[in-house]
Amino acid sequence: MAHADGRSAVRVRGLSKSYRRTSAVRNLDLDVDYGEIFAILGPNGAGKSTTIEILEGNRKRDAGEVSVLGEDPGTAGRSWRAKVGIVLQEASDAGMLTVVETVRMFTNCYGTSRVPSEVLELVGLGGVAGKRVRTLSGGQRRRLDVALGIVGMPDLLFLDEPTTGFDPEARRQFWELIRLLAADGTTIVLTTHYLEEAAALADRVAVIVGGQVVAVDSPTRLTEHVDAAATVRWVDADGVHVERTDRPTELVRERSHPGGELAELTITRPTLEDAYLRLIGQV
Amino acid sequence: MAVDRAPADALPRHRAPAAEAPLPSALRIGMSRVVPELKMFYRRPEQVALTFSMPAVICVLLGSIFTAKLPNSDTSTGAVIAASMLAYGILSTSFINLGISIAADRDTGGLRRLRGTPTTATSYFVGKIVLVAVVSLAEAVILLTVGVVIFHLHLPSDLGEWFTLAWVFVLGTTSCALLGIFISNYASNAVSAAVITNGPSVALQFVSGTYVPLVVLPAWMLTIGSIFPIKWMAQGFRSVLLPPEMVIFEPAGSWEHWRIFLVLAAWTVGGLIGCLAVFRWSDRT
Repeated sequence: MAHADGRSAVRVRGLSKSYRRTSAVRNLDLDVDYGEIFAILGPNGAGKSTTIEILEGNRKRDAGEVSVLGEDPGTAGRSWRAKVGIVLQEASDAGMLTVVETVRMFTNCYGTSRVPSEVLELVGLGGVAGKRVRTLSGGQRRRLDVALGIVGMPDLLFLDEPTTGFDPEARRQFWELIRLLAADGTTIVLTTHYLEEAAALADRVAVIVGGQVVAVDSPTRLTEHVDAAATVRWVDADGVHVERTDRPTELVRERSHPGGELAELTITRPTLEDAYLRLIGQV
Repeated sequence: MAVDRAPADALPRHRAPAAEAPLPSALRIGMSRVVPELKMFYRRPEQVALTFSMPAVICVLLGSIFTAKLPNSDTSTGAVIAASMLAYGILSTSFINLGISIAADRDTGGLRRLRGTPTTATSYFVGKIVLVAVVSLAEAVILLTVGVVIFHLHLPSDLGEWFTLAWVFVLGTTSCALLGIFISNYASNAVSAAVITNGPSVALQFVSGTYVPLVVLPAWMLTIGSIFPIKWMAQGFRSVLLPPEMVIFEPAGSWEHWRIFLVLAAWTVGGLIGCLAVFRWSDRT
């Protein structure tokens, strides 16, 4: 879904970045549409954070074209920053302020902003508004990070590994929050090394390995990047049988007898995890 | 694994651009940061205690050691030190305090988070500068009280002397604050900032006349001390807090107000240029 002017929310061409002699990102291309939830998925050290930090304007690039909301983040000014929300990978500032004081401090940076109490309700911190930031749990701290990222009602929200260290319950709640923001029209770009996070949240996923995009697609279609053959497995008097086939129904019909059951019959197709592991093993 | 999601283009997601209120000015954002900055300062009791008590305690200790009257005068060495100690107080609340707090903001990611908002460097520094002004003023009141009550210093008696006290205070605070901002760029965290601000500060106390009267210093120490702002701040404070006849104990034989002004102004301008040249939002490149 392109914007009215036909451009993407994020457009990257030939992006490269090296640290001393180590190449972190190599000739990377990326397009994120307006209104999309876009996940950058990859193992640790793949170049996810370097990429998103360049998009946020927090890191310089060595080469390539980058356009975020129509501007180059390396040179964009204050009005651009008002339209972009950023949730950093780690921050431990403002420990001595209370939650609501911190949010209020950040609302003062914007012309148009959310009401502090409302944004705290939205991220589920309404109950701890009066607590000092340093007393928050890791998950609460992360929710505060998101609150600070969205107080300015950004058109585009960057989240760098937002749920690292969360327990499964906290992670699900966090996903609900992101979906809520997306439903409100916010374009979301997040990095993650959790496959299930990309699968649960993203409209499209870019798999990054070794600083390069190896695949971009919807989570369901990513599996098509690998062999889609099904695996049929059953047990009979001769032992365990495992066969790969494009026509599993036909195979099962051939092997079965009226009234008889194939013991321990399973038919499996490659999961996204299989696809992902295959993809990151390719480079 | 796959979760039911409506395809992206089925939802009318992208909002129509609402009428946006204009961004607040850099100054206004800066002023809105003053109260949070003050809260972040005074909610660390150990930091508050250290900042305010160190100069006062050292002043009382040194002043109680050097109780003898200076030759042909009614003023004790302790009083000379107490008047000069105001310079150390300001150094502590501006240079050391700012050097540490900015390095901490950079280390914790606070600066980088601000960088992602319409906050400018100017806004950030407006908040810091007002913080330093308030804390330095409080420090000056404490040290003047100690000086007057224990060491019988005289507060300025006419408007001209108050004016001198004011401009030495303002220029001294400003130049030291800028140097604090400058030096914070060379610290990777609050601990290393504490080392690189306190280290030179302690050394400078000895050559600037705040720990030991200038008259007893060897010439080379006096030369080194004369390069840096503390010596001149201390001299300015002595000129209004000590009886006029004490001028004979100044190495130059005069209070040198013009020279104080020029040196502090030069450090202010130099500090500003240095800050603009090296300030960075984060350690990332």
